Amino acid sequence: MDFELSDEQRELADGIRRLCLGRLPLEVLRRNERTSRTVDRAAWSELAAAGVFAMTVPESAGGLGLGLADAAVVFEELGAGLVPGPLVATFLAAGRIEGAADGSVMVGLATRPRPGRPGTGVLPCIVEHLAELDVLVVDDGDGLSRVDPRAVDAAPLERPLDPLTPLSAVPELPAGEPLAGAAEAARWRRDGAALTGALQVGLARWACEVAVDYATQRHQFGRPIGSFQAVKHLCADMVVRTELARAAVHAGALTVDQPDVGDADRAVAGAKLLADEAALANGRASIQVHGGMGFTWEVPVHLAAKRARVLATHFGTAADRAAALADGL
Amino acid sequence: MDLRPTPSEAAFRAELREWLATSLPTLPPKPPPHDWPARRAYDTGWQRTLFDAGYAGVDWPVEGGGRAASPVEQLIFKEELEQAHAPYVGVNFVGLLHAGPTVIAEGTPEQKARYLAPILRGDEVWCQGFSEPDAGSDLASLRTRAVRDGDEYVVTGSKIWTSHAEVADFCELLVRTGPEGSRHKGITWLIMPMDSPGIDIRPLQTIAGSTEFAELYLDEVRIPAANRVGAENDGWRVTMVTLSFERGTAFVGDLLEAVELLSQSVDLARRTGAWDDPGVRRQAGHLRAELDALAALTKRNVSQAARTGVPGIGGTVFKLAYTETRQRLGEFSLGLLDRCGLAATAPHPLDGGGPLPVGTMVEDWLRGISLSIAAGTSQIQRNIVAERILGLPKDPPAGDGER
Repeated sequence: MDFELSDEQRELADGIRRLCLGRLPLEVLRRNERTSRTVDRAAWSELAAAGVFAMTVPESAGGLGLGLADAAVVFEELGAGLVPGPLVATFLAAGRIEGAADGSVMVGLATRPRPGRPGTGVLPCIVEHLAELDVLVVDDGDGLSRVDPRAVDAAPLERPLDPLTPLSAVPELPAGEPLAGAAEAARWRRDGAALTGALQVGLARWACEVAVDYATQRHQFGRPIGSFQAVKHLCADMVVRTELARAAVHAGALTVDQPDVGDADRAVAGAKLLADEAALANGRASIQVHGGMGFTWEVPVHLAAKRARVLATHFGTAADRAAALADGL
Repeated sequence: MDLRPTPSEAAFRAELREWLATSLPTLPPKPPPHDWPARRAYDTGWQRTLFDAGYAGVDWPVEGGGRAASPVEQLIFKEELEQAHAPYVGVNFVGLLHAGPTVIAEGTPEQKARYLAPILRGDEVWCQGFSEPDAGSDLASLRTRAVRDGDEYVVTGSKIWTSHAEVADFCELLVRTGPEGSRHKGITWLIMPMDSPGIDIRPLQTIAGSTEFAELYLDEVRIPAANRVGAENDGWRVTMVTLSFERGTAFVGDLLEAVELLSQSVDLARRTGAWDDPGVRRQAGHLRAELDALAALTKRNVSQAARTGVPGIGGTVFKLAYTETRQRLGEFSLGLLDRCGLAATAPHPLDGGGPLPVGTMVEDWLRGISLSIAAGTSQIQRNIVAERILGLPKDPPAGDGER
């Protein structure tokens, strides 16, 4: 057993981090805030060229033939870079939908509302990035279907919470053409939750990094605010949440790759639960460390808090996950 | 990243599991919790059993008489012992985890020859004299004074939180040999025989009602200078060597115990009907996610130790997270008992079934309170994370500029 990142995994992460910082720095990303198209397709193609979407596609099919744990390492960097777009859905579609792997087709994912599910009776389906999608995959519960996004009757929502995740309200998702059965749908949910957890770990880490930078530079009472224990402890708790969630996400993804070491569904459910919490709590804590500046639109820390909120709604609610974990007890 | 065991790790586990299956049934019955001499006999007897089978000091280097197990094997060792419900390290804790490793790293050849083997065999028990009534989190301010007199140090002062003092043969003792205010630079590490004249042991009762630790009053206790480990005034460094011995496995047993407590709690909830409450189920599911994540974090820390040879800071992060989970688990399980959790004795259950696990749960809730205090309060641990991992500036110096 060696649960440390391999040198190859570190290099993979470094490469993606450099690509994000060089090609998609925050000031560039932010130019598209609150528009209906927040994904830079040229940069998206570069991510694809770096192998982001085809990592687990077998080499024989043109992919990198790596594992979900490798993908989790990469997706943490995409999260920390606040890269917008349906990253996880396009990754899941690679190898199944032509063009997803090379970035020429951007694939979104929506869950068809199930009638009778408590708490959702009057709430329409909310789809992300609809105007810029090439394909929309719908999780029907018992399988996946493929829908033409241009055929979806939708109302764009003004002022989406995350200014880089445009939203549309869809009263009724059209029936699509069948794409895959129940087992594949379940695999999408599991692998998707693991990689969304990795994005959340990246956000949690980034929120902590910017808080520490600010706490080091910002002086009050004649000293950096980061020298006060009250501030230090907020930052230390961010580290604890991030490290715990990262270990859980890596264990979840690796259990998918190595099913003999444990129960992958359980490991991923727990990982997503803790990663969501880490990203949400770190987002809030980071804003707190930034004080009044953290409440301004200009300072980007709110973007992490808001993205975390969006990703926390993916692949089921926290209550669903905790209940599923309890069922196995 | 690879979570699969190597062939040698799998073999180590299988061999150990087989040995435990044959050895544990031969153990004598557990002694009553408050009978410390009996507990010493039980714990040291178990240590002797481990020694005879070649499992004593698995984590000690070979030159110290140990097995030099890899960090992963140490993890396997602790997992298997806990899962088989083997006895806890108990009164051998300080000797095996602190004093012995310190003597291995810093002791003279004579000291190694004298002290190491009896620890491994379970012949001799050690206790720890580090903290003082006025030197807790700020350990470097300790004031127990040692004055050199010929071939001896004459030691006067007091120590606190000394576990197993009444049944120990030796004490790893930190004393002030430098001038007042010399802090880290004036501390010396001594081996104090517990039968020396001038030691007064006063047991302290914990809020759980147990008396596992004591206060030591030292009144002109004479300790041979040959019992000094490391140079005079170099005891702080010597102590830090000891503290970095642990390889990320400190809480493996505790974590598995927590997993079992969660499972007991779920059984109890099913019995009382609380399991029908979705809120209760969600709490249990969340705790399970946390315990799974803590197990993953342990594997990460152990793997880091295996790669770098030092445990790194992961242990601090683990302890902070574990403490919170364990305290929440304690609240969860005690809550299931409703008003039957208000006494440590179990009333007769109305379903006529087996006894309610009241004692365990009350005890665990109480012990959970100490987790965020013992071995560095959570507040001190957060300072360590903030300063050493994140590089945030230290507090303005309180006195001499160094903590």
